[in-house]
Amino acid sequence: VCFIPGGLNCSISFVSHVLGKVCVHGRQKEILGVLVPHLTDLTKSDCIWQRICWRLVECVPDRWMEAVVLGFVQRAPGADALSRLLGNLVVKNKKAQFVVTQKILLLQYGHTTAVLQNLLGYLSLDGLRRTLLLRVLQDLLETWSSSSAVKHSPAEQQLYISKAILICFSHLKEPEIESCRQEILTSMMEGVKCHLDSSLPQLRRLGMVVAESISLKINTEGPVLKFEYEEDDETRELKSLLVQTPSFCVVPSLPNDVRSEKAGATLPLVPESNEKSHTAAPVMPDEELNAELDSDDDLIPYDTSEDKELKIKAPVYIRDCIEVLTGSGSEDVDKWEATVKALESLVRKNPAATREVSVELAKILLHLEEKTCIEGFVELRQRAQVAVLTTDPIPVAKYLTSQFYSLNYSLRQRMDILDVLVLAAQELSCPKFPGKTKPSGAQKPCIQLLLGNDSPKDWRRIVDERIKSKTRRFDMGHSRVELASCPNEFNSVAGYFFFPLIQHFDRPLTTFDLLGEDHLVLGRLVHTLAILMYLAVNTVAVTAMGKALLEFVWALRFHTDSYVRQGLLSCISSLLLSVPTEQILADMTEELLETQSWLGDVMEKDPDGDCRRLALQNLMLIENLKKKLEAVPS
Amino acid sequence: MALPPPDPQFVLRGTSAAVHTLHFSCGGPEPDIPLLFSGSENGFIHVWNLKTHRVDTALDGHGRKSVYCVETMGGKDRLLSQGRDQRICLWDLAEGRTSVTDSVFTEHVGFCRCSLLKVAQGRWLMAMAARSLEEVQILELPSKTSVCTLKPEVGAKLGMPMCLKLWQLSCGSQPVLLAGYEDGSVVLWNVSTGKVLSQLICHQEPVMSLDFDLEKAKGISGSSEKVLCIWSLNEQQNLQVYKTHELVNAGISDITIRPDKKILATAGWDHRIRIFGWKKLKPLAVLDYHTATVHCVSFSDHSNPRERLLAAGSKDQRISVWSIYAQT
Repeated sequence: VCFIPGGLNCSISFVSHVLGKVCVHGRQKEILGVLVPHLTDLTKSDCIWQRICWRLVECVPDRWMEAVVLGFVQRAPGADALSRLLGNLVVKNKKAQFVVTQKILLLQYGHTTAVLQNLLGYLSLDGLRRTLLLRVLQDLLETWSSSSAVKHSPAEQQLYISKAILICFSHLKEPEIESCRQEILTSMMEGVKCHLDSSLPQLRRLGMVVAESISLKINTEGPVLKFEYEEDDETRELKSLLVQTPSFCVVPSLPNDVRSEKAGATLPLVPESNEKSHTAAPVMPDEELNAELDSDDDLIPYDTSEDKELKIKAPVYIRDCIEVLTGSGSEDVDKWEATVKALESLVRKNPAATREVSVELAKILLHLEEKTCIEGFVELRQRAQVAVLTTDPIPVAKYLTSQFYSLNYSLRQRMDILDVLVLAAQELSCPKFPGKTKPSGAQKPCIQLLLGNDSPKDWRRIVDERIKSKTRRFDMGHSRVELASCPNEFNSVAGYFFFPLIQHFDRPLTTFDLLGEDHLVLGRLVHTLAILMYLAVNTVAVTAMGKALLEFVWALRFHTDSYVRQGLLSCISSLLLSVPTEQILADMTEELLETQSWLGDVMEKDPDGDCRRLALQNLMLIENLKKKLEAVPS
Repeated sequence: MALPPPDPQFVLRGTSAAVHTLHFSCGGPEPDIPLLFSGSENGFIHVWNLKTHRVDTALDGHGRKSVYCVETMGGKDRLLSQGRDQRICLWDLAEGRTSVTDSVFTEHVGFCRCSLLKVAQGRWLMAMAARSLEEVQILELPSKTSVCTLKPEVGAKLGMPMCLKLWQLSCGSQPVLLAGYEDGSVVLWNVSTGKVLSQLICHQEPVMSLDFDLEKAKGISGSSEKVLCIWSLNEQQNLQVYKTHELVNAGISDITIRPDKKILATAGWDHRIRIFGWKKLKPLAVLDYHTATVHCVSFSDHSNPRERLLAAGSKDQRISVWSIYAQT
């Protein structure tokens, strides 16, 4: 398509029609791929060409306007190019305005950051259009701060809206922000609340980054909002959007101007403080001046080999530890610290003594608070708890599971109980040292073969090592010979871990309502149950556990929180992997069919990407089960 | 083969409270009894008879608040004590009396020990931490008139003064003050003009104690970290770091140089007393007797070198007395 220069009276409307029709039929790429670069060049300096271009787009009939505008927005190499191409189309044409200010931003979310930059930059470049920019910002903030949007819209859409908000702010000037400062502040506060309430860490972080950036923009002097979170590529990209670079560059992931500015500012401070005081290098003693008789030589030193670092002795007996920790010796903080550090190993070395006081120890550890600043206090406490639980599983599990549903515990303590149960179950079901990392609770069951739940006795171990090549190497561990009542230690206690947790979930207490606002703990509980189910493979109770779990999942399957739904789907996976196939098909056929249809639904309609993936995985597992059954001649 | 460190010559028990300060008074001629004064956390000052190893007198003048500094003023009959009741008391102990003759209300709520310097017969200068956070006040005793107040400049952020040492190069010359502060720096003040002569950052943590050797113009300071810092004073009255020495365990409560300037002793938070040679800071001995933080060390002023003793007071309520390197 070639334009005829000159001939200023030519009617462009025919061309607009052609353009519109082509775009609507989905050929935007081809036609605009040629048209846009041409027009960009031509309109750079030539006003007439600009007018021609504007007439061109204005004459496109309304029913095709969306396709054309969208195409232009996507193809334009920069905001100012877009401005030259479209002119004040958005102001003059209602449909274009709707597309630009509403549809692309709020109803779609598949576009790249470059598109957003183009669009919002375009809106900011002309005085007439800036009012639209403000309106757009307000709409975006309304969506960002609405709690239902945060709960139900997919993470990708929320990311898109956050980016749009940040880009808007980068374009707005002081007086404009001032004029609607109060509304921005209100929206920000509400939005932050909804985001922090979410169970998904990505959304929480998104909320934090956006809130920080907004606060930075509206509070130019005075303290700004500062959250603590881990930086990663996404947060860095978001923060870089706040600053506009003047070049025509369209690539969104610009080098971090904001951060490099800050880095530059801190450098001058450091050399200053060095000048202030005399931290002079030590003056070496002048050898010549002090060459006197070394009368020190007649002072013979004594033996100082005993002079070592002072170590506070930790108590050697478990009951002494209990005394120290319960604060009867609250004066001696050094001893308290040493006790906390030594407790885990003491518990593991003295299982008999521990068993006498196991519930008491568990109680003390559950309520233990940090008295002094020890490094890794939380981990030390957790390891001690796991040690106590594995040494005396049944009473301590009973205690912990009962406390999970008791009054007056903090959410953190309840989640700690769940973590400890999982770690202990892991340790009991496979006799090797538990790993140092806590499961985040979002552990997806892996498809690899399960670890051998073998007896701790050596001969079995050797035989099995020969048979199963996938068995992990056992560490020296500690002798569990006294507990040699059954080969798989988790076998006898799995029920004690599992069933009490599942029992009371629907009974709200005054301070704890799993089905209500404490959905974060519910999510963790569901994930914990999934892990316990997974670890219960080859135990006697596994079928009963499976049935109970299936009922539990069925009751909660429509929960609104995506973290909970992910957990429920993990439960199904664990179930399918752990319960022997024959049992599933014998006892749970109807439930399985119902579950299958529910999974199909989730896979198609669930807004959360992870949920859909897990549902697909489960459906595949069920298919495998059926195939296995067909393969076996019945 | 080095010998194992010696045991204490004897141990004084009976204070029934942590011992915070010690001071010997053994220089008197025979038949004077050598004495050791100790201040405890329960507010008592015990006068120990070093022949019988028993308490001769117990002085109660600080309202049961901890006594953290005792010094004699020209003999065992006049005693100065400083306590946590914000008072400095002057005692008259001649002829068996135990009365407080005078007291100074310092309004200081910290732990900074005061420092005494005899400037003329019957006249003393005393440096003490004053009421305001960073100031040091110099008083003349016994008149209790204020000579000057040493204020760091605004924004210096030195923190509280932690330890003081008043000295003068010779009788009649300008008195100078060395002060260790909370921010880890040691400052040399000119008392007459009230100005800072030199400032040196010795430590990252507060300076807990310091001592100074006039003859060699060298001093040593200890802090709550692991490093001992030796600094020197050059002709321009500038402080410079001479050497540092790292210890095994962190925390020094007290440092003192023996009057013959041959050895020095440090009292450690790790319950140990360390002896070093002063000339090159050669570690000589580690005396491990106490079972809690050692709060103070003090050398005796015996005129007969063979009788010299070292005493250490600790939180475990004992005072250990050692005879170490007494033959040199």
